[in-house]
Amino acid sequence: MTLRASNAEQLHCLNETASRVGLHRGMALADARAICPVLSTRPADPLREGRALEELRRWASRYGPHAAKDGADGLIVDISGVAHLFGGEAETIADLEARLARAGVLAKSAIAETRGGAWALARRGGGVIPEGALLTRLGPMPVSALRIEPGVAEGLARLGLHKIADLTTVPRAPLSRRFGSELLRRLDQALGMQAEPVAAEADAPHFGVRMTLPEPIGLTADVMGVLDRLLVRLCDKLKAAEQGARQLRLELRRVDSSAAMVEVGLARPMRDPARISALFFKGVDEVDSGFGIDGLRLSATVTEALAPEQIGHAQARAADELSDLISRLGNRLGFEAVQRFLPASSLIPERSFLTVPAASAGPEPFPAKRRPRRPVTLFPPELLARVSGSPPARFSWRRMELTTLRAHGPERITPDWWLDDPAWRFGARDYWRVETSEGLRLWLFRTPQAASRDWYAQGVFL
Amino acid sequence: MQTRPDQSFAASIDPFRLLNARVHEVEGQGRIGFALFQAVRTTGPVFWICLAHDRDRPMPLAWPDGVAERLHLVETRTETDLLWATEEALRTRPVALVIAVPEKPISLTVGRRLQLAAEAGGTTGLMLIREGRGSNAAETRWTCDPLAGAADSTHQRWSLSKNKKGTTGIYDVSWNGETAAFHLVPQAGERHQPEAPPP
Repeated sequence: MTLRASNAEQLHCLNETASRVGLHRGMALADARAICPVLSTRPADPLREGRALEELRRWASRYGPHAAKDGADGLIVDISGVAHLFGGEAETIADLEARLARAGVLAKSAIAETRGGAWALARRGGGVIPEGALLTRLGPMPVSALRIEPGVAEGLARLGLHKIADLTTVPRAPLSRRFGSELLRRLDQALGMQAEPVAAEADAPHFGVRMTLPEPIGLTADVMGVLDRLLVRLCDKLKAAEQGARQLRLELRRVDSSAAMVEVGLARPMRDPARISALFFKGVDEVDSGFGIDGLRLSATVTEALAPEQIGHAQARAADELSDLISRLGNRLGFEAVQRFLPASSLIPERSFLTVPAASAGPEPFPAKRRPRRPVTLFPPELLARVSGSPPARFSWRRMELTTLRAHGPERITPDWWLDDPAWRFGARDYWRVETSEGLRLWLFRTPQAASRDWYAQGVFL
Repeated sequence: MQTRPDQSFAASIDPFRLLNARVHEVEGQGRIGFALFQAVRTTGPVFWICLAHDRDRPMPLAWPDGVAERLHLVETRTETDLLWATEEALRTRPVALVIAVPEKPISLTVGRRLQLAAEAGGTTGLMLIREGRGSNAAETRWTCDPLAGAADSTHQRWSLSKNKKGTTGIYDVSWNGETAAFHLVPQAGERHQPEAPPP
């Protein structure tokens, strides 16, 4: 595995064969290739590694109530008073390693009285340090086993302090003055003179509920009844965490162990069972229940923070009804079909505003800008036919013969050259506001840089 | 069936006030301008429902102040979806105005359903239709066309060709699309008497 760090490929992780050849972590890839030309590498993905470690952490909590990640590649579990459940400390380790090996994970593990001791031993062979034997087992280890900076370890080596046991014999005050308090803290933590708890972070709340039924059901009303009960439980969970659901998924397990899935999206975070239930009705109604449904599982797949709100306010009720409408429209037409306009800072007419899904953005005020005048409707450029004159004196647009009464312009708009827009590849456009004697006021343009002399219509004024 | 009070007195003050909780129709080249004129006179959210393949799209930069922030654009793939979305929006109480751009003629059933939805939600609906594709259930039908005028003018002829609860009429207005204010332009009439001699 290689990782690109500060502009150079480095070895991020390597297998046993590679380390036997003499490669080590953090080595430049070029050097490693010089030593071992047959080296095969793959880019590392720290994000996925982190996720995998998190999954392992959840699994490791079977060995003790407090399981935490330790750095980027380690796990620490507090097994105080737990080991006898697995038959003893040695048996616990054997069980852990057997299970990991079965899953294809190459891991080293160690058990010690202190977190520092376990850390050192796990990286130097693994095993169990029996109670009271910390100093005898850790003593012969090099000082780098103390979780200290490499620079500090080097400095200690220069003083002739190579082993952990050496550190315990020299006076502490000069050490602390020279290398800082960090070194002594690590030493004390490793030898159990200073406590170091396993700071396991709390699990992220899981917003999912399920119900298994003794008898299969098939009627829509029955499924909705069960769903309502599940929703109440889920919304209680959401309320406790001050979260609101944005997307919900209902899995219906049939008797023949096939499953159907119903998903709904919400226009804004919500935890009101009755209103969410109404959105599920259409999806549940369409599900084929087969031989019957005997298990339901409801989970909020996307949640957002939702602080408690005062209820009963007329304005809040109106906002609720509006977001219900957007949810209803969004669940049938797709949430991207319900749009809202946002201002954008571009002079290109098509890009002078944004259309974004109304469910994902709130309204933003448009700047009060009245000049230059813009048309109220905009359409993709339409070629004018039978044009005479420039600006056109007569032309035909949408099968209407029009005569120009007045023409204002030109207003030249140049394309954003940093964006490659095929519609603007003919360069700048000269826009004219043409009032016709028939009444229509049109926005016409031509592209002076293009070879053709065609005129196009792109908008209608008030 | 609920009988609504006669609004003709209010209508006599303001000829362009659309009756609330009803669906109206507007046709002609200037129909989008008329829809925007009605949108600026409301205060609540406005829904604009059109078909995804419709080429004419509203352009928020030119709209009156405060309309672009309140407007939701709903794109539907089929005509059925469009009518369904219109009905849903009409049934929602806080929505102030629903503007729908159907392509096919509105049948009497559809028109009546939309009226019922508007009554249930107390919202106003405005259907932008092509020439002659309206339904008899519409409360009013307007024909709006731009008029040529002096330089930079924004004259429009808004003629009320059908009105279930009041009179029809032809109005020439000048509305510049910035505020809710408009000018009624006296129509140019033919002079039947010779001009009075100068004093």
